[in-house]
Amino acid sequence: MHNPHPGLPELEYVKPASLEEASAFLVAHKGEARPFLGGTDTFVRMRDGFWKEKYLVDIKGLDGTNVITFDPAKGLTIGSAIPMNKVSAHPDVKKNYSLLAAACDTVASYQLRNRATIVGNICNASPAGDTIGACMAYGGVLTVFGAGGVRQEPLATFFKGPGKNALQTGDIVTAITFPIPPKPHSGRYMKLGRNKMSDLSIVGVTVLAYKDAAAKSGYTFKVVLASVAPVPFMAEAAQQILAEEPVTEESIGKAAEAAMQAVKPIDDVRSSARYRSYMVRNLTRQALSEVWQQVKS
Amino acid sequence: MSVTRINLTVNGSKEVVDVPSNWTLLQMLREKMALTGTKNGCAAGECGACTVMLNGEPVNSCMVLAVECDGAEVVTVEGLVQDGQMDVLQQTIIDAGGVQCGFCTPGMLISARALLDRNPNPSADEVRAALVGNLCRCTGYIRIVEAVQTAAQASQ
Ligand SMILES: Cc1cc2nc3c(=O)[nH]c(=O)nc-3n(C[C@H](O)[C@H](O)[C@H](O)COP(=O)(O)OP(=O)(O)OC[C@H]3O[C@@H](n4cnc5c(N)ncnc54)[C@H](O)[C@@H]3O)c2cc1C
Ligand code: FES
Ligand code: FES
Repeated sequence: MHNPHPGLPELEYVKPASLEEASAFLVAHKGEARPFLGGTDTFVRMRDGFWKEKYLVDIKGLDGTNVITFDPAKGLTIGSAIPMNKVSAHPDVKKNYSLLAAACDTVASYQLRNRATIVGNICNASPAGDTIGACMAYGGVLTVFGAGGVRQEPLATFFKGPGKNALQTGDIVTAITFPIPPKPHSGRYMKLGRNKMSDLSIVGVTVLAYKDAAAKSGYTFKVVLASVAPVPFMAEAAQQILAEEPVTEESIGKAAEAAMQAVKPIDDVRSSARYRSYMVRNLTRQALSEVWQQVKS
Repeated sequence: MSVTRINLTVNGSKEVVDVPSNWTLLQMLREKMALTGTKNGCAAGECGACTVMLNGEPVNSCMVLAVECDGAEVVTVEGLVQDGQMDVLQQTIIDAGGVQCGFCTPGMLISARALLDRNPNPSADEVRAALVGNLCRCTGYIRIVEAVQTAAQASQ
């Protein structure tokens, strides 16, 4: 399967001048054309023969894809073509969305993150996508330019299965936006890989916590689990326990147990399903305890 | 398949190159420009042997299409030599014994140069984190990390 030659299969490179042109091209060449940003998933899949598109449509530089803006009243907008290193080094991201910066820094290597994008990570819809948990915890919404105009796609309903998402032919994600985060908040991303750095995750646990007068416990905890089900998802039962019961080491343990009950892991080359389940419980408990120590003080 | 004419700067010199649309930057450098310092290890973004500077930032040249580089500025390991003078990193990696077979060295040097450009005085952990994407099967890394820190000190 692996092709040691550095080249890609035959393809045509398409650099449209506008989103309209890009979308129309994708529609006209349905099944034969694919949009791409960093190409770090796309080139690997094409080289290995899984994807056979004839046209690769370069989205980088199209309207709205190259800017990152923070508005203290509205929130953060990251253009889809912004590579992860630019996101994690951005002062407003570091200050207000530090969990997102931390998640970006767990992906592959520094040089790969100069190409890899958050939107590519999301559109690829891998259950293991490392930035997806932080994006879901911060309430990320995709801006999609499609044949029918511009629309918003919340991440909560975006993932449809491994490699499957809510996009239709001709849809192009131009940006991801996040509302103002709760202030102060504490977040933690626990990535378990086969080595300390750079591997795909065996289990990914994202936790975000903040004071919330509307919750019975006085706190809201978000828990997003990756690599343990067909799609990354929010562990709602775990979240509910910590919204309703007083937050203690005991209720944290109960929530971690509930997170473990919610997963549907598989056996694969990176880990057994059983190991994944137990690690979800352990890492969730650890992450919850850590953020709890921070938000309660 | 289309062939596209692109203009770019490689190691400071302006170049005009005709590239087929499925060629990577790595292929163009090695096969069209005979810049064979940049190595092809895995062709999949894993090993870092193909690392070059693209517009001032290190990238895996096996993961960039050559046609995407129209107007770009590329620096390869050959470009680290200025006026016949090696980059300080090249000297310290030799002195530290950080080169054995040498296959990883060009990519290591580019990643390390990029690190020192953004962080002139990195800790050993920061060096290791910056070189995560550069695999070496020979040296065990310790001497490479030392060489980067020695180069940082020499440049203070
Ligand atoms: C060596 C290596 C290591 C890796 N390690 C990790 C890791 O540790 N963690 C991790 O999460 N991932 C990892 N990856 C996977 C990959 O790097 C990430 O998923 C990355 O974020 C993809 O971003 P991209 O911009 O390169 O995507 P691309 O390859 O450009 O696109 C990915 C997918 O999204 C679609 N797409 C792209 N842009 C758009 C758009 N604007 N609108 C609609 N659809 C679009 C493409 O058609 C494709 O299906 C690794 C990859 C490699 C090669
Ligand atoms: S050859 Fe490019 S990363 Fe290995
Ligand atoms: S010196 Fe041989 S791979 Fe690094």
